[in-house]
Amino acid sequence: MGRYILRRLLQLIPVFIGTTFIIYSLVWAIPGNPFAGLCGPRGCPPSFVEQMTEQYNLDKPLPVQYVLYLGQLFQGNFGETFNGIEVSTLIQNAYPVTIKLATIALVFEAVIGIAAGILTALRGKGFVDNLVLAATLFLIAVPVFVSGFVIQVVLGVQLDWIDPSVGSDPTIGELLIPGFVLGSLSMAYIARLTRTAMFENKRADYIRTATAKGLTPRRVVSVHMLRNSLIPVITFIGTDFGALMGGAIVTEGVFNIHGIGGLVYQAINKQEGVTVTGVVTLLVLVYLLMNLLVDILYAALDPRIRYD
Amino acid sequence: MRKRRMVAPVAASLSAALLAAGCGGGGGGVTEATGTLEDPITVKWGEPQTELVPTNSNDTNGGTVLNAMFTGLVEYDPETYEPRNAMAKSIERSEDKKTYTVKLKEGWKFHNGEEVTADNFVRAWNYAAYAPNGQQQASFFDRIAGYDEVHPADPDGDGPKEPPEPTAEKMSGLEIVDDHTFTITLKEPFAIFPETIGYEAFSPLPETFFEDKEGFAEHPIGNGPYEFESRTPNESLTLTRYEDYKGEDAGHVDAIKLVVYEKSQTAYQDLQSGNLDMTDEIPTSALAGGRWKEELGDQAISRERLGITTLALPLYDEKFQDPKLRKALSMAIDRESIVKEIFNGAATAAEGWAASSTPAYEPGACGEWCTHDPSRAKELLKEAGGFDGTMTLSYNADGAHKQWMEAVAGNIRNVLDIEVDMNPVPTFGTYQDKMDNQEMPGPYRYGWVADYPNVETFLKPLYGTNGSANYTGYSNEKFDSKLAEADQAATEDKANELYMQAEQQLGQDMPVIPLFTNMVKGGKSERLAKAVMTPRNTPALTALKVAEQTQ
Repeated sequence: MGRYILRRLLQLIPVFIGTTFIIYSLVWAIPGNPFAGLCGPRGCPPSFVEQMTEQYNLDKPLPVQYVLYLGQLFQGNFGETFNGIEVSTLIQNAYPVTIKLATIALVFEAVIGIAAGILTALRGKGFVDNLVLAATLFLIAVPVFVSGFVIQVVLGVQLDWIDPSVGSDPTIGELLIPGFVLGSLSMAYIARLTRTAMFENKRADYIRTATAKGLTPRRVVSVHMLRNSLIPVITFIGTDFGALMGGAIVTEGVFNIHGIGGLVYQAINKQEGVTVTGVVTLLVLVYLLMNLLVDILYAALDPRIRYD
Repeated sequence: MRKRRMVAPVAASLSAALLAAGCGGGGGGVTEATGTLEDPITVKWGEPQTELVPTNSNDTNGGTVLNAMFTGLVEYDPETYEPRNAMAKSIERSEDKKTYTVKLKEGWKFHNGEEVTADNFVRAWNYAAYAPNGQQQASFFDRIAGYDEVHPADPDGDGPKEPPEPTAEKMSGLEIVDDHTFTITLKEPFAIFPETIGYEAFSPLPETFFEDKEGFAEHPIGNGPYEFESRTPNESLTLTRYEDYKGEDAGHVDAIKLVVYEKSQTAYQDLQSGNLDMTDEIPTSALAGGRWKEELGDQAISRERLGITTLALPLYDEKFQDPKLRKALSMAIDRESIVKEIFNGAATAAEGWAASSTPAYEPGACGEWCTHDPSRAKELLKEAGGFDGTMTLSYNADGAHKQWMEAVAGNIRNVLDIEVDMNPVPTFGTYQDKMDNQEMPGPYRYGWVADYPNVETFLKPLYGTNGSANYTGYSNEKFDSKLAEADQAATEDKANELYMQAEQQLGQDMPVIPLFTNMVKGGKSERLAKAVMTPRNTPALTALKVAEQTQ
């Protein structure tokens, strides 16, 4: 197992270099001069454009720019935004919020999703099953900005139970509703995924054996059936957490949460290559680590899976 | 935010208890402490596009902060937007109309205690103008003698040729007489010069700025009614009142927190539920059918913008050479219905090339050409020999322009029977590039906001030969010489009159088609007794007043 993890970690290096380069060149390839739109209807004076272009190395060929950027990055310098703010400061401010929000969303989707899946699978066809199916279908069909917006207007403005937006250093309590909105789509997927997997395993040979040898139904379900059914669910949750850590542009926008998603979105709009590359590289690393974690969890869930 | 909601009930029950106990003095009124640093007044804001340095900031978000943090020689009253002397005790013009002697008020200090002297102005202005410093606002100083030496013109605009190196570091037109007096010499007389320097770019900068620019960027220091308290990038910025402020425009609120919102929709929601005290933007969804006016009632703020939206014509394209065609287009457009149907009346149809609320300005230069007259438009088009092919209208798709541009296209299509295509350009950056390089495939939308409250700001930069924002390539000697004559005028009134005469020339040539002026729209919470938006679409922080609350 140790060697496997080491190998996976070493694989991060080429991936890191590759992604930074691809992202850097993609941002570079966005048409138009990033400084042209900065000065409003008057347009920027040539001396300003020239000075900024020089400061951000945009006058040099792409590979040179990239090497200069990477050199700075290895010294721990993420660079500066066009308005003179350290990208590392922005990441430091935004990441804790994103982690909190992602965790809350994940807890919601995992707890409610898995519970709903188990419930429907055990009860079999009937009212509960239909209710969960209809509810999940609804959640999948409604885009996040609609559910977010409706919840915000109803709970925030009309009923006045919550503040419509989240403060600058949000507490867990403030993030509950946004987290629920963010997790609602995946919650539906998890419920359906668990339900299907449980249904399949219900008729499996090992379940019949377990029941036949006299185990209590509780033990059959929780140890034998659930453990096997959760493998696809864990895969889904793992990649979903990776995606959630990448920020949620829509949810963040609706509730004015200053997380990582909005940061990247704005930077792309402004063609701030330095910010985009810095943040996205970090996201790629997080995503890769999440995948590694999922792979390790497989082995924990299913003893047949061995990595050495 | 949450705490605030608790304050009122707690205070109310406490005071009730006190009254019941028979010790309720002072008439029983309980005033909620708002606007303090613990419970600041919150105003919607956005991340500024550049560092918070007056000579390098050009966006409204930066302007909101800098306006409150700095006071220049002249300032504009937030309500009337008339210019008045601020730090200047007097600005006197010499006989030859070119030199101004500025006397500063004494005893003014920067927020760090440094005294504001003539040197702070001269140094800041020289810094702004010197080309190698690459300051965005450099061109504001181009009327001062010696500007061309410190900021030589690029021979081909943004083109490949390098501009020549500056031959001087300081503008010869600025001379310090003593600590509180300096003279400004202009290249050419400019009658309304004192009116134009209320813009933030003309602010003084403290010694510390030149010594430690990085430190200044982190903690800017000004001489204005509000001082910098703290900032979390991308989240918020807090300002506190500068107690030693000597000027007229002192603030009334102790602490103001500017909160970054990504969506005006969220800010609007927050405003309605009392989570935000002022917004300078109403989302499109609330504008539909005038819903925001109903929802906000007397908390809605609106006034006419000091700006104008036009349909600019690519005069560099031979298809648009004939003024008759340009007039035909103008007369085909039904401004009144666009204002009524699309903007729900929250705009005014243009009658000239400047915003009708510009002080000392009388609209009407466009006259009959700005009226909707389909039959006359058709005639004019016929006289111009028709229009070959498809006309492509461009707009930047990152602003709310689609709806009214479609309406304009519909007018042209229906009235003139011309094939019209739409060309939405994804971002303003690309759009600006296309204007700069004169690559617009046809008529395009253009929005202009006044730099100073005078009609001149709507004329020379946009239509003067080689004007700083003249992208259409319009050039007319008569127009230029009329402007020059106005610049030389003996008094400001005379100058304004001549500027308006110059505007008449635009009526004959129709280089761009004036369309309408939007309203500036915003809203305030119940916690504020007063909130004012400037006609340049920024919240006037010094005008905020907290409501007296009685229980």
